Amino acid sequence: MTENNELIRLSAAVLAEKLAAREITAVEVTQAYLDRIAAVEGKVHAFLHVNADEALAVAAEVDAIRAAGGAAAEELHVLAGVPIAVKDLIVTIGQPTTAGSKILEGWHSPYDATVVERLRAAKMPILGKTNLDEFAMGSSTEHSAFGPTHNPWDLDRIPGGSGGGSAAAVAAFEAPLALGTDTGGSIRQPGAVTGTVGVKPTYGGVSRYGAIAMASSLDQIGPVSRTVLDSALLHQVIGGHDPRDSTSLPDPLEDLVAAARTGNVRGMKIGIIKELHGEGYQAGVENRFNESLELLKGAGAEIVEVSCPNFKYALGAYYLIMPSEASSNLAKFDGVRYGLRVLPEEGPLTIERVMGSTRAAGFGDEVKRRIILGTYALSAGYYDAYYGSAQKVRTLIQRDFEAAFAKADVLISPTAPTTAFKLGEKLNDPLAMYLNDVATIPANMAGVPGLSLPGGLADEDGLPVGIQLLAPARQDARLYRVGAVLESLLEAQWGGPLLDKAPSLTDSSLTDSASAVAATDSTADAALSHGGSH
Amino acid sequence: MTDATLSFEEAMEKYDPVLGFEVHVELNTKTKMFSSAPNVFGDEPNTNVNEVDLGMPGVLPVVNKTAIESSIKIGLALNCKIAETCRFARKNYFYPDTPKNFQTSQYDEPIAYDGYLDIELSDGTMFRVEIERAHMEEDAGKLTHMGGATGRIQGADYSLVDYNRSGVPLVEIVTKPIEGAGSRAPELAKAYVAAVREIVKNLGVSDAKMERGNVRCDANVSLRPHGRERFGIRSETKNVNSLRAVEHAVRYEIQRHAAVLDSGEPVIQETRHWHEDTRTTTSGRAKSDADDYRYFPEPDLVPITASREWVEELRATLPEPPAARRKRLQADWGYSDLEFRDVVNAGVMDEIEETIAAGATPTVARKWWMGEIVGRAKNADVDPGQLGVKPATIVELNQMVEDGKINNKMASEVLDGVLAGEGTPAEIVEKRGLAVVSDDAPLLEAIDAALAAQPGVADKIRGGKIQAIGAIVGGVMKATRGQADAGRVRELILERLGVEG
Repeated sequence: MTENNELIRLSAAVLAEKLAAREITAVEVTQAYLDRIAAVEGKVHAFLHVNADEALAVAAEVDAIRAAGGAAAEELHVLAGVPIAVKDLIVTIGQPTTAGSKILEGWHSPYDATVVERLRAAKMPILGKTNLDEFAMGSSTEHSAFGPTHNPWDLDRIPGGSGGGSAAAVAAFEAPLALGTDTGGSIRQPGAVTGTVGVKPTYGGVSRYGAIAMASSLDQIGPVSRTVLDSALLHQVIGGHDPRDSTSLPDPLEDLVAAARTGNVRGMKIGIIKELHGEGYQAGVENRFNESLELLKGAGAEIVEVSCPNFKYALGAYYLIMPSEASSNLAKFDGVRYGLRVLPEEGPLTIERVMGSTRAAGFGDEVKRRIILGTYALSAGYYDAYYGSAQKVRTLIQRDFEAAFAKADVLISPTAPTTAFKLGEKLNDPLAMYLNDVATIPANMAGVPGLSLPGGLADEDGLPVGIQLLAPARQDARLYRVGAVLESLLEAQWGGPLLDKAPSLTDSSLTDSASAVAATDSTADAALSHGGSH
Repeated sequence: MTDATLSFEEAMEKYDPVLGFEVHVELNTKTKMFSSAPNVFGDEPNTNVNEVDLGMPGVLPVVNKTAIESSIKIGLALNCKIAETCRFARKNYFYPDTPKNFQTSQYDEPIAYDGYLDIELSDGTMFRVEIERAHMEEDAGKLTHMGGATGRIQGADYSLVDYNRSGVPLVEIVTKPIEGAGSRAPELAKAYVAAVREIVKNLGVSDAKMERGNVRCDANVSLRPHGRERFGIRSETKNVNSLRAVEHAVRYEIQRHAAVLDSGEPVIQETRHWHEDTRTTTSGRAKSDADDYRYFPEPDLVPITASREWVEELRATLPEPPAARRKRLQADWGYSDLEFRDVVNAGVMDEIEETIAAGATPTVARKWWMGEIVGRAKNADVDPGQLGVKPATIVELNQMVEDGKINNKMASEVLDGVLAGEGTPAEIVEKRGLAVVSDDAPLLEAIDAALAAQPGVADKIRGGKIQAIGAIVGGVMKATRGQADAGRVRELILERLGVEG
């Protein structure tokens, strides 16, 4: 157990080195994570499906290739054998994909998402599928049809959303890496509230093929990890052009890993966005943010202030564009070809009525809320006032970014205005929930990349605070360059990674507050065997 | 319930028709509009599909570049302007033939716009039809409603859906309102659709088979009193899928509208279904301009850019325009103006060209198509090209006649056999025992009998009245049940009677 505990706390970069040096095996690493999942899932509920058999088989394959040596071993990807969790919005052959919705419960995709193909090509064992707000709609993972995920820092609090499962899995050492999707902050905000790193790449930087669409013009797949370098390593695996995604950029991928390894901010201009801190931001968040600014200044960066006056319209415009696109993207879930089909309880069995009763039963409240909003916004007579105006705001936000990036190389802000709120606290107040994404949404609206990294713990509640870095489109490397510097300065201050301060979760004083998770037989067995060894 | 109609003549006396057409052309690209699945007609249902065509979660569309090229070519051939950039939009509606519950289509940014097509009517009159736009979209799947009386979704027990057609690239060509056709409206309708079909066929961008739905026509008809500028309320007759049907449908709708207007009732704006059997339309779905499809730009696709260089490259590949082609074909074939116009009006120009390409002379090809096949098509109420006569069949039949194996009358009979699916011409000649009697002995026997039966006629011929020979030839043909070569019979009669022919 001690040995395994050490294994699961290693970064992906270190795991990769040790695997390459054959100090450890991929099966050991994968089993260690499966054991951890079995041990803490009852509390965290980060996973909707655990893929133990396949993950171990891939790990064994990597070990066999390494043992045999030669060209095949040489050609192994640097992350070969490093396990990963995948947000359950991303389709996978061989595992169910639910999007956190009852309407897709039990559905198996006949194809792999492009990013999943790339994980398989790199021979990274896929540990399972992580929990999310239904169809990625939410900021707390409470809107999952399969129960909420709990924040490993405080099990009574939200892990952020929509990618709370991926962030919590990484924060709880149930996976070294995970994939998320970010439409308005669903990678970065969970990263902020769980003390992990999350990156939303430039729009088009990572293929969306196989990510179940919420808002096509905003969605982007990205990495979730415990270190900046680990995100760069994963970003490098999944990024780059995909002919199956028309919005995929043709650019060759930059060397993001090199950027993370050679982090340097000397002479760099870092812009504070006037509109994204201060009023409405928790004091502890503001303090940690200011501390990060001081550290960057000390490392030779020039801190400048920029103004993005149109950001105040971003949230409003986002809540027109996102639901509009979502209302159309989610139309396919009608019970005709796949997924749930619910027949009307009475009356004639017409196709419209079957579609209607299926969608009524299959979608949760937040999804319905957004479909209704979007359907309304796109309706004849309202289109110009709503969708049309929102697109104009989008252009204004893009111009704000252009002006800001004329003055600064990267921009900086807190990732979220507050630390993790309590589960259930904002469930009946959608507007309060939406406000949590105020700082992350502008990046999606403009297509620029953003990274969130841990900035410390808020004084008032001891919970993680996220620092967001933003760069111009196609300049994702800058995020890693600056992020790596800030991370090392902060860790020097803390005397180690922030997650070292997180509760162990296997401490018996912690109560099991989460509902039981459906674990596969193998993980259930593993849990039993470890229970016995305590 | 059948609708009341006025006679066409009376309708024309009272009202002025305004037409409009939406012609859907299925492109013959190798793959679909937005997916790599094959674009093939007639295969086992739901086999030419992948996750994109089925609208699986997570899929994304990718535009087929060849479809764009084909669309630009169609636009150019219709004398349209080609947009430098244009976008796709989503047309949102729930229906099980559309797996995403939206159709990806062009909305306010068509790839081609503002064109025209000059149509030649049967008497040589030219009529210009203005083209509003030609835009790209994807076809829907094919629904078959089982049970129920009407074959429609209402009242069906269940419906089957074949997504093979889902995502097939379509170009929809929309005319501006066509005014001034008057009583030529039905004829113009047919000629316009025929011209579009000819264009897309010659461009090689579509198989252009109306019977397979490669070219489908929605015909809009409205009437207004003579002298009034404002258009009347229109009906839209959907999926009129043969040239003859287009003509009939427009004629019928004119007669029906006229009766409605005469009764003092307003025409209902609606779609109409065409019924080939009764040559009438019935009411479909009420259609208002307020149908809300919640169009918005397709966010999964980037705008299409057609550089001027590319457009000019494509323009350079266009085949000769139909008018020039006709001129060339008429000269090549040596037909008179009247002969050629008849061929065009009968809609068999392409068929004659193919028959000539298969080895027939222009005269033979015309003789067969105009003399034999057009009449049969008329009786069968189909377009001549849809009758199923292969050029090779004509060449084979003609060769048999030339070789003296069968005569023209037999050849016609053999053609019937071929159309009835009895086999190849050779097989049918064999099966039906249709060989020409070329052995002189039985013929002479029959001639002697005929001469003996009509001694007066024999005398007349001997006396130099050779035109009387027909009666004897007729007798011989009758006796040989038409299997004799009439020319040979004539020679033998003259020989027998010692008369110089």
